[in-house]
Amino acid sequence: MRVVLAEDLFLLRDGLIRLLEAYGFEIVAAVDNAPELLRALLGERPDVAVVDVRLPPSFTDEGLRAALRARQQVPGLPVLVLSQYVEQLYARELLADGIGGVGYLLKDRVFNADQFLDALRRVATGGTAMDPEVIAKLLARNATPLARLTGREREVLELMAEGRSNTAIAQRLHVSDGAVAKHTTSIFAKLDLPPSDDDNRRVLAVLAYLNG
Amino acid sequence: MTTGPTSRAAMSGTGPAGYREPTVWRRTATAALRGLVALLRGMALFSPKVVLAFVMLASISLVMTAGFWILLVPVLAAAVRGLANLNRRLARSWSGVDIPEPYLPPPAPGTRPATGWRRWRLMRALTDPATWRDMLWALVDPVVGGVLALAPAATVMLGLYGTHLPLHWLGLAGFHHSDGTGWYTFVPVTGAATAWLAAVLGVGYIALGLAMAPRMLRLHGRWTRVLLAPTANATLALRVRQLAESRSDAVDTQAAELRRIERDLHDGAQARLVAMGMNLGAAERLVEENPAAAKALLAEMREASAKALNELRDLVRGIHPPVLADRGLGDAVRALALDCPLQEEVTADLPGRLALPVESAAYFAVSEVLANAVKHADALRVWIDLRYEGGRLRMSVTDDGHGGADPARGTGLRGVERRLATFDGVLALNSPPGGPTMVMMELPCALSSPRTSSYSETA
Repeated sequence: MRVVLAEDLFLLRDGLIRLLEAYGFEIVAAVDNAPELLRALLGERPDVAVVDVRLPPSFTDEGLRAALRARQQVPGLPVLVLSQYVEQLYARELLADGIGGVGYLLKDRVFNADQFLDALRRVATGGTAMDPEVIAKLLARNATPLARLTGREREVLELMAEGRSNTAIAQRLHVSDGAVAKHTTSIFAKLDLPPSDDDNRRVLAVLAYLNG
Repeated sequence: MTTGPTSRAAMSGTGPAGYREPTVWRRTATAALRGLVALLRGMALFSPKVVLAFVMLASISLVMTAGFWILLVPVLAAAVRGLANLNRRLARSWSGVDIPEPYLPPPAPGTRPATGWRRWRLMRALTDPATWRDMLWALVDPVVGGVLALAPAATVMLGLYGTHLPLHWLGLAGFHHSDGTGWYTFVPVTGAATAWLAAVLGVGYIALGLAMAPRMLRLHGRWTRVLLAPTANATLALRVRQLAESRSDAVDTQAAELRRIERDLHDGAQARLVAMGMNLGAAERLVEENPAAAKALLAEMREASAKALNELRDLVRGIHPPVLADRGLGDAVRALALDCPLQEEVTADLPGRLALPVESAAYFAVSEVLANAVKHADALRVWIDLRYEGGRLRMSVTDDGHGGADPARGTGLRGVERRLATFDGVLALNSPPGGPTMVMMELPCALSSPRTSSYSETA
């Protein structure tokens, strides 16, 4: 899988390159500033990009802006955004086009290589990977409509909003695939969402609902 | 709020046919009515001046004849101050002339002396230069202000007198002048013809009186300002006092903030790092003989490092929020509102980035007000509006909660007010019991860069 990497801190960039290469990813470009990132994204058309929000030259949200601009030109270009902070505002902007193939994670999630790579693969295949912190805040915002869900359904919703497939949720909660499917059907009925068999589309529907 | 275009469309719908130029008569009548109002106000201003003149003359002669009457000066000063304040208010509402109060501010609670408090207050009033300017005003105003206030009414009176002269010559009223001649200003009235001339002149005087009344009222306001406005010195002194207060507040806040950060670091991240170092040592020893235990320790440490990072994140967010640094005030407030559990609606109309310290102060002010709405108001919805107009940042936060907020009862609004004061900002609160609560804040500031808010670009 071809990866473009944008991270301005040398240590972290180096660590990510080594991690990704060890798992068989091919780094086609590793850059440390936003203009080069945009050029690499549009020139290389990678299978997935790993982008730090804060990049030179302005050290503000240049990375995020570059990623959004690239996705405007290449809809659905898979981008996993990493940041020291997660902001609902930025999550919204990433999800705004409703296409998927986006991820938004705290940098410390890289510590857990398995989960990080899982998220990266999900994004590369058009899925989403939202940080549990973003999801927790989204759920808090929607406390009233979500009060109708049972505790288990809430757990399923949380994991689904993070971007996980039914199988992954089933493994995580130690239940069968069928049980998860039953929960999701019930959640969709309670939230008045149109049912869908496609994992990714379902996740996007849930996120759109939570972002209201 | 958005009815602007609609109402304009409605107006143009009735078309030019529905709108008529006011006639000459109508305009004249309006002007005359305005003149009459100004004239009556002038008379209202005049009457207390008569009393004032008598009181001042009486006081001066009393003091001249018997020195002990000087003891009455404080009472007089207080009375004059009341009258002067009345004149300041009237100058604002009737003449459109703004006159701030020049007096020394009342002492802060707790600074007045325990004994001799009366004498101290007396000395304070008598050493205030504004008191003596008040007294000077009280002496001069009955003459100067009196003429200005009464001139229109006197002119109209003169005019009224002139218009009734023909009545005498028509035999409809008794003869006024025994010899049949008399002067009406510069017209010698000797017969019916000259009486009519006097009447015409009288109408002219009435018109003149009414026409000059509004102008004289403005002039009266400006005259009042000459002696009753603070001198440049007093204005500066007041400003210095304000600055000294806001500076000491700013320094205190800053020091408290630094202490809080130090404590947070010491109790949080620093302590966790120490613990991690110790655990790492233990894991190092255990790794050979008890790998399972070492592994458990390492997992624990990963958890601890995540927690330390979280704490550092929260700390940084409290010092300088990332979205504020990235995008400026508009988006930072949007992000803030997204994180708050209320239904929010944010409108921001900012042409560029504000100066950084102002931006930060404004952000934390909105943040505090929002937190109040969540904690105390039982609100469901909140509306935030930010706009930049005429060199000032205006922010309003409105919620649909139960209202009744009172800064005096310490709901954090006092602190916001003080922090805004560092930047010469002000806070106004409107919170009737039963709601809604509206907090309006205003900060004078310059734009630091003409970059436009990015939200529209990415949304």
